Amino acid sequence: MKIVLNNREEEFERDVMTVSDMITLKNFSFKLKIIKINGKLILRDNYDSTVINDGDNVQMFYLMSGG
Amino acid sequence: MKIAVIEKHLGKFRVGIAGAGGLGSNCAVSLARAGVGTLVIADFDIVEEFNLSRQYYFRDQTGLPKVLALRENINRINKAITVLTYQVKLDTSNIPEIFKGCHLIIEAFDSAEMKEMLIGTVQEKMPGIPLIVGSGLAGWGKNEDIKCRKIDDSLYICGDETLETTEEFPPMAPRVGIIAAMQANLAVELIMKME
Repeated sequence: MKIVLNNREEEFERDVMTVSDMITLKNFSFKLKIIKINGKLILRDNYDSTVINDGDNVQMFYLMSGG
Repeated sequence: MKIAVIEKHLGKFRVGIAGAGGLGSNCAVSLARAGVGTLVIADFDIVEEFNLSRQYYFRDQTGLPKVLALRENINRINKAITVLTYQVKLDTSNIPEIFKGCHLIIEAFDSAEMKEMLIGTVQEKMPGIPLIVGSGLAGWGKNEDIKCRKIDDSLYICGDETLETTEEFPPMAPRVGIIAAMQANLAVELIMKME
């Protein structure tokens, strides 16, 4: 499947994946992050249950302490 | 565009600032100098001496609530700016109330958990209101790593997205100031496009 991840096309060797799968595959290991799929914010509690579909636009960024 | 026209436009808008530490205090002052008409500033904390290394306060203000000290400093710069202050800890229930009517919101918290809470709350309960987040400002140097990124019309991020404040990488005035000014600069850009 192909998705757009942070404005770049990315291909994954699978037909379906959850947000948690993507985090593992991409090694997005830092604990606090924001993930949006097609403009919708995905809460941390829903990473296991939210499916990313072919063609989805996924945005991810880390939240670093400091302000 | 002439400065008088720009200031007249900016004067009609209201910006919320969540947190009055390094990012919030410097961003607020920048927006006030630019002429944004109303600033809504929320922070529960008081000014302490160690804050002075990077936050827009003065030695004689230690012990004062940050929001009151910041209002005083803004008043000294530009009397025409309305500063509404809330000395509270922001949470999911008071955020929509306090920032009601704001045309955009600046995220200026210290803790990443609070940043996450604010983003979730604004995205869910205040849809369409742009939120400008700061993430990754610790240490010094590395100018080339600092950037500003649009996620979508309602979410923007300023910082290096990498460095977390630690004992080895403390927050320091130059880098904190750059990111606070980037947030203010983006706020002005978005407001200039608003009707």
